Amino acid sequence: MRKVAVVGVGMSKFGELWDLNLRDLVVQAGINAIKDANIDGTEIKALYGGTMASGRLIGQEHIAALIVDAMGLNPIPATRVEGACASGGLALRNAYFAIASGAYDCVVVGGVEKMTDATTAEAVTALGGAGDQEWELLQGATFPGLYALMARRHMLEYGTTEEMLAAAAVKNHANAMHNKYAQFHNPITIEDVLHSKKVADPLKVLDCSPITDGAAAVILMDLEKAKEHTDNYVEIAASAQASDTVALHDRESLTEIRAAQIAAREAYRQAGITPKDIDVAEVHDCFTIAEIMAIEDVGFFPKGQGGRATLDGETKIGGTIPVNTSGGLKACGHPVGATGVKQVVELTWQLRGEAEGRQVADAQYGLAHNVGGSGATCVVHILKKP
Amino acid sequence: MTIGIVGYGVDIPRYRIKAGEIARVWGEDEARIIDGLGLSEKSVPGLDEDAATLAVNAARRAVRHAGIDPQRIGSIFVGSESHPYAVKPTATIVAEAIGATPDLYAADHEFACKAGTAGVINSYALIKAGEIEYGLGIGADTSQGRPGDALEYSAGAGAAAFILGKERVIAKIEHIYAFTTDTPDFWRREYAKYPSHGGRFTGPPGYFRHVMGGVKGLLAKAGTEPKDYAYAVFHQPNGKFPRAVAKQLGFTKEQIEPGLITPLIGNTYSAASLIGLAATLDVARPGDKILVASFGSGAGSDAFHIEVTDEIERKRNAVPVRLVITNKEYLDYGTYAKHRKKLIM
Amino acid sequence: MRPGLPLLWRRTVERYNLVGSRCETCGTHFIPARNICPKCRRKGKIVPYKFSGRGKIYTYTIIRVAPEGYEFFVPYALAIIELEEGARITGQVVDIHPDDVKIGMPVEMVFRKIHEDGDEGLITYGFKFRPVNEVHQ
Repeated sequence: MRKVAVVGVGMSKFGELWDLNLRDLVVQAGINAIKDANIDGTEIKALYGGTMASGRLIGQEHIAALIVDAMGLNPIPATRVEGACASGGLALRNAYFAIASGAYDCVVVGGVEKMTDATTAEAVTALGGAGDQEWELLQGATFPGLYALMARRHMLEYGTTEEMLAAAAVKNHANAMHNKYAQFHNPITIEDVLHSKKVADPLKVLDCSPITDGAAAVILMDLEKAKEHTDNYVEIAASAQASDTVALHDRESLTEIRAAQIAAREAYRQAGITPKDIDVAEVHDCFTIAEIMAIEDVGFFPKGQGGRATLDGETKIGGTIPVNTSGGLKACGHPVGATGVKQVVELTWQLRGEAEGRQVADAQYGLAHNVGGSGATCVVHILKKP
Repeated sequence: MTIGIVGYGVDIPRYRIKAGEIARVWGEDEARIIDGLGLSEKSVPGLDEDAATLAVNAARRAVRHAGIDPQRIGSIFVGSESHPYAVKPTATIVAEAIGATPDLYAADHEFACKAGTAGVINSYALIKAGEIEYGLGIGADTSQGRPGDALEYSAGAGAAAFILGKERVIAKIEHIYAFTTDTPDFWRREYAKYPSHGGRFTGPPGYFRHVMGGVKGLLAKAGTEPKDYAYAVFHQPNGKFPRAVAKQLGFTKEQIEPGLITPLIGNTYSAASLIGLAATLDVARPGDKILVASFGSGAGSDAFHIEVTDEIERKRNAVPVRLVITNKEYLDYGTYAKHRKKLIM
Repeated sequence: MRPGLPLLWRRTVERYNLVGSRCETCGTHFIPARNICPKCRRKGKIVPYKFSGRGKIYTYTIIRVAPEGYEFFVPYALAIIELEEGARITGQVVDIHPDDVKIGMPVEMVFRKIHEDGDEGLITYGFKFRPVNEVHQ
């Protein structure tokens, strides 16, 4: 297998973008990435698109063809990859294989979701498609509900508190203040989170990531070609993925995402490093409890200590391991298909030292952790500064 | 040939509303309502309960009580005036949920408050004809009363299921008799949400004429008198009518009291006389004779002469009616209105 | 989403009666039924299994923002129930105030209405759970 580099990244603004459609979003992200890569686009030989629920949200399938068309990249092959909220990470991983295998030297990965054309209820129902329709959703489950079921176990087994959960949201809002692409630019307090509307106890609305429009794009190149093309690249040191049961009730433990643990372990093996070597991480905080479990699952903290560590500020910028410097899904926003790609965009900026007011000093390794559904799919990438 | 009851079960929602709470909303005098209707509270179905769920849960208890393989049940009839579907049977839902499909007769009945006993008679007849081994008769209702109407104080929710057969019978059905005329005392037109009734016309020409006709016909057929019965159960649209009709027919307070359940949970319509019978069987001893007379507006009465066997001591129902009733939670009128879908969403 | 009619009908018996499957090779129970035992693979022998319906609340939440078609039921308790056979299943806990639900609480299956497709569409029935008390024995 050949080694793979990220040579260009870009994203659209994330938020409630009433005047932009799906095409507008991907073109914004794509153009930014192409400019960032300093190429004209003809070098790109294939496209991988990550989208979760465009059919349900805007009635549009065949998204990869739509994206490649909108970007004027016809007739290169365009393939959609779907893995619920991990669609973006999976698209990236497939693009990675396309380069690593030698099939192509340069490919583009786009992740996108246009969510606000649907009503909140329609969007919530569409996202529910990531769970088990017949045995979870039909019983009246929602995604906040499924994560709440995990939160309740985590609180019972490890003494995690609602304040600890809230601390993750507070930190991510603080980080997003320095990210111009982020959906939210308002600092919040633990009190704000605790007193926000209950959604699925113990989760409140400020424990939940929002409904977001947005797109992100990454251009990958064979590492040797990248070195010839630019000095401003980062290497993909690992790409790992694992699966678990779709229904939460079939899992042995509800206080961890086993697919994340397995994918992370494999990623560290590929990169030849340990969790201690990671300097900055983007993890899948679709709900605050998800961030707590994520930082335990990828090995930053011992099982059960994630909540305490978050409350103690260890995951803040300047802490022992800064997590979700972009603002995460919570505050940067969560256009589901774009999220996994956006994580790599943020890490690339961090490793290149371009993360402006949220820069982690001297970051060498970055880890992206992208989860589909309640943990049936997890993809972990490790990026390395050359 | 002995045909009788081999098992029974009831289901009563745990929610209640007090007559005083309804009276408060309509500016009525609570004491006058309670005295006038002879009941002080009624059962209210949960948001996820309807005649089908009540019928299923009652039938499951009946199957457990009977201790039989549900595959041996050859007929299921569900009587209700609140079937969840206008077209699509409740009986098929029950049949599937108790594991009796596909080798059986199933149908729904509607005959106001006597649709439940109609099903008991049909299953009885199929067994007597030698067509089936066991048959189920169910009365189940989540009846609606027009807000502010006298019926709103009494229209309750509940179900009772009786399994009939020929083996291990706890109570023999020795005689049946039915009294039927065309009398418009109470009705609900298709697509109408609430029933209409003839006010005081529901009394003498409706309830009293038919229940007395049914009971007298049965006594004549069985060659019995009121004093021959340990217990009597009459349809109970409220707490007053059954007491009054008992008195007129020469039955004592002691004979009817064990089976008078409407004062505690309201009128459960198709289930009312069957829940009364279930509560009576809960306390009956071998050899006791029980008279049951249902009443359905429209109008008719089904009457039964039942004799309790020794088997009842070996097969006591583990879920007596008066225990089920103790599990309750009171609702305010607003929550009750939500439960009864009186709120426009 | 409005689930299709055949989808709702196809597993009626399983949903009404909590029927799953069991691997006779390793003794593991599955609900919903699995046709392949993940542990025993081709050595597994799968047979249908009707669960008792008794179990304990393993974890729960109170749904206050409901999906489409469930709005009328809020607030409602949703739980993962550990059935006495060992398998776990997601279901609502009813006949109790949602605030009174606790982890470890013994529950039993009860037949209830799960979903109504508007005023004219199909009514879906199936299992929910309620606290065990002497009334229900």
